[in-house]
Amino acid sequence: MCLALPAKIIAIDETTDMATVALGEVKKEVSIALVEDVKINDFVLIHVGYALNKISPEEAERTLQLFAEAGLTE
Amino acid sequence: MIKYVDEFRRHDLAQLLSSAIKKESDPQRQYNLMEFCGGHTHAIFRYGVQDLMPENVKFVHGPGCPVCVLPIGRIDNAIQLTQNNNVILCTYGDLMRVPASGRKSLLKVKAEGADVRMVYSTQDALKIARENPNKEVVFFAIGFETTTPPTAVAIKQAKKEGLKNFSVFCNHVLTPAAIQNILESPEVREMSSVVIDGFFGPSHVSSIIGSQPYEFFAEEFQKPVVIAGFEPLDVMQSALMLIRQINDGRHEVENEYTRVVSREGNQKAQALVAEVMELRRNFEWRGLGMVPYSALQIKQSYAEFDAEKRFAVPQIHASDIKGCECPRILRGVKKPTDCKLFGTVCTPENPMGSCMVSSEGACAAYWSYGRFRQMKSKPVEITPIEKKGTAECQ
Amino acid sequence: MPINMKRFPVRLNLRDGMVDMTHGSGGRAMAQLIEELFVKHLDNELLRQANDQAAFDVPAGRMVMSTDGHVISPLFFPGGDIGSLSVHGTINDVAMSGAKPLYLSAGFILEEGFSLSELEKIVISMSEAATHAGVPVVTGDTKVVEKGKGDGIFITTTGVGIVPDGVNISGDRAEPGDAILVSGTMGDHGVAIMSSRENLEFETTIQSDSAALHTLIADMVAAVPDIHCLRDPTRGGLATTLNELAQQSDVGMKLYETLIPINPAVSAACELLGLDPLYVANEGKLICICKQQDSEKLLKVMQAHPLGKQSAIVGEVIEDDNGFVQMETSFGGSRVVDWLAGEQLPRIC
Repeated sequence: MCLALPAKIIAIDETTDMATVALGEVKKEVSIALVEDVKINDFVLIHVGYALNKISPEEAERTLQLFAEAGLTE
Repeated sequence: MIKYVDEFRRHDLAQLLSSAIKKESDPQRQYNLMEFCGGHTHAIFRYGVQDLMPENVKFVHGPGCPVCVLPIGRIDNAIQLTQNNNVILCTYGDLMRVPASGRKSLLKVKAEGADVRMVYSTQDALKIARENPNKEVVFFAIGFETTTPPTAVAIKQAKKEGLKNFSVFCNHVLTPAAIQNILESPEVREMSSVVIDGFFGPSHVSSIIGSQPYEFFAEEFQKPVVIAGFEPLDVMQSALMLIRQINDGRHEVENEYTRVVSREGNQKAQALVAEVMELRRNFEWRGLGMVPYSALQIKQSYAEFDAEKRFAVPQIHASDIKGCECPRILRGVKKPTDCKLFGTVCTPENPMGSCMVSSEGACAAYWSYGRFRQMKSKPVEITPIEKKGTAECQ
Repeated sequence: MPINMKRFPVRLNLRDGMVDMTHGSGGRAMAQLIEELFVKHLDNELLRQANDQAAFDVPAGRMVMSTDGHVISPLFFPGGDIGSLSVHGTINDVAMSGAKPLYLSAGFILEEGFSLSELEKIVISMSEAATHAGVPVVTGDTKVVEKGKGDGIFITTTGVGIVPDGVNISGDRAEPGDAILVSGTMGDHGVAIMSSRENLEFETTIQSDSAALHTLIADMVAAVPDIHCLRDPTRGGLATTLNELAQQSDVGMKLYETLIPINPAVSAACELLGLDPLYVANEGKLICICKQQDSEKLLKVMQAHPLGKQSAIVGEVIEDDNGFVQMETSFGGSRVVDWLAGEQLPRIC
């Protein structure tokens, strides 16, 4: 129910708990108060100006694999 | 190319999934899959996912729209607050056009001169509070569990900064309580058509609360749940997983959205919310009436940031406009076309109820997408879900 | 009112000065504002005559007239301002008929307290736009309203032009089988505006596409005189304009999402805001509906023009009693592209 987008962290400000993220070429400031251990180049899910969760690149890859394999089962 | 977005919309993968679904679905039976996340509804319509499904697999639109379930009385309260010249009301865009009592809405009172400001984030509301120390800034908080942590963060931050002019009008609601209440509602038993075979779990609510809360649910209703990501390929893959469970007679909670959702969810966010908010004993939902333990209020320790305490906000029991069937439509008991106001008095330009205002509301969705699909498939009606064991009263 | 009087003893304070009620009262202050600001920058022979009207000869052909009120906020945005927007907007409205735009008029309603330096910037911008387009502002009017009764500045522009013979472009001429073309990327202007508005800040490289399209249209009409429809997808975007045309012509339309040009940065910004780029305003693009057999030729002509480099054929007109504008999505399914109800607002849900 919630419009959330994956965005890449390109800068972090520890003092304000904020980060700059990039969605394609668009940049935005978001709060990272809800996530832990984020680093530059991590991808996070953003919603209403906050990063909600980190996105796991391994799981993303695995999911895409599942899609590709779908037609090959049985 | 937007990473983690475009790859999950690929046309070629859609074709593969479409073939797999066609191959694995049993032509002898019907599969009715309910999604109650507005985002899933949106994805299905926007990409035309239904066209890639076989005839016997149908998406049933559920009531996952926090705008739709917000009672009119609460919007009346917000409007009342704006009548105070000293108040700046900050709200998300979704709420601006929702009709409240007396055909008013936040957009209308803004036009009449009230200081209503649309914000994208609670951070914006905090900024407005800092920049306007002589005004009272009230943030109109709505949303399910995805949107709640941002409100909690703002309240904590306000306390830390010692902001004296910031408060929150809290209307956050809980997903599992909503789903359960709707499906158990006695009125739903009036219908006697098709059964719901499986559920798509909400993507981003689940990223916060984890997949664990749904385990009880799958068990109680003996129906499979697949937590599905937001993109159209996620929806298709999840449909395939549901179909497989249904074929196998399983009723488990599976997670398709593994790149974001874990079993425990975001514990930091959960802890923050628990620090600032607590369950309300009861909360009135539009269309559902009073639902126990389904909503949140601000804790006593943060009372100074609670708009309901700061402004003595009265409880208003407002009723929907005469003839408006939103309550029943929300529960899936009636279709938009069953409502006398639909398409006559009530249109997207002139909405009478929340189902028409919100872009995920059943009536708004049906207005364009539904009319368009009319010729392609018959609308599906839902029936009550039988709980395992004896029936229990609320 | 003639302005051939001695120079004004004190120049207008364009740096710090503000508009006040005397500037609209018809007296000396107004005359000074007109001479030292408006006429100075919009400068052309007809305007310098300083009459209450402009008189000119018109070439043969059917005359076209169009008018537009401009009330945008913010007044200045990446890629333009209310001044250039008003000039481009009216030139385009006239040109969408196939007409060659000839002259513009501009009426200004100024709010008491509006900054003169901002006003000057806007007027300079109008002047540059008009000069670049070759369509001068030949007559105008100024009024001042009390503080609180205006939004800084409102501009109304009217334009006239002449349609050559053999050209009959109208919203009701779309026929099943016709091709639908656009002259470039969709959604740029609306996103550029959003990026400057309060509460929706993000750094982007998106500029408004505000531009005068009359020379592009002249090339198109020269190559294919029998264009059926031309319209610029301003408020409400491509989707709204196509729905208008479908209704006017009593037809349906079918679009192909993969063919619609959208700037990736605009796409990303729309994702962020929960907006659909098909509904976002454009100020320097046009939609063209023509016979299928003319489409390739027209496309080449459009692509050869600097303002049409990213032109594309995006769909076709079909028979449909319901008048739906439908689209085959990039995903392979289909959806309807319906009218918008009211302004599209960013959503969380």
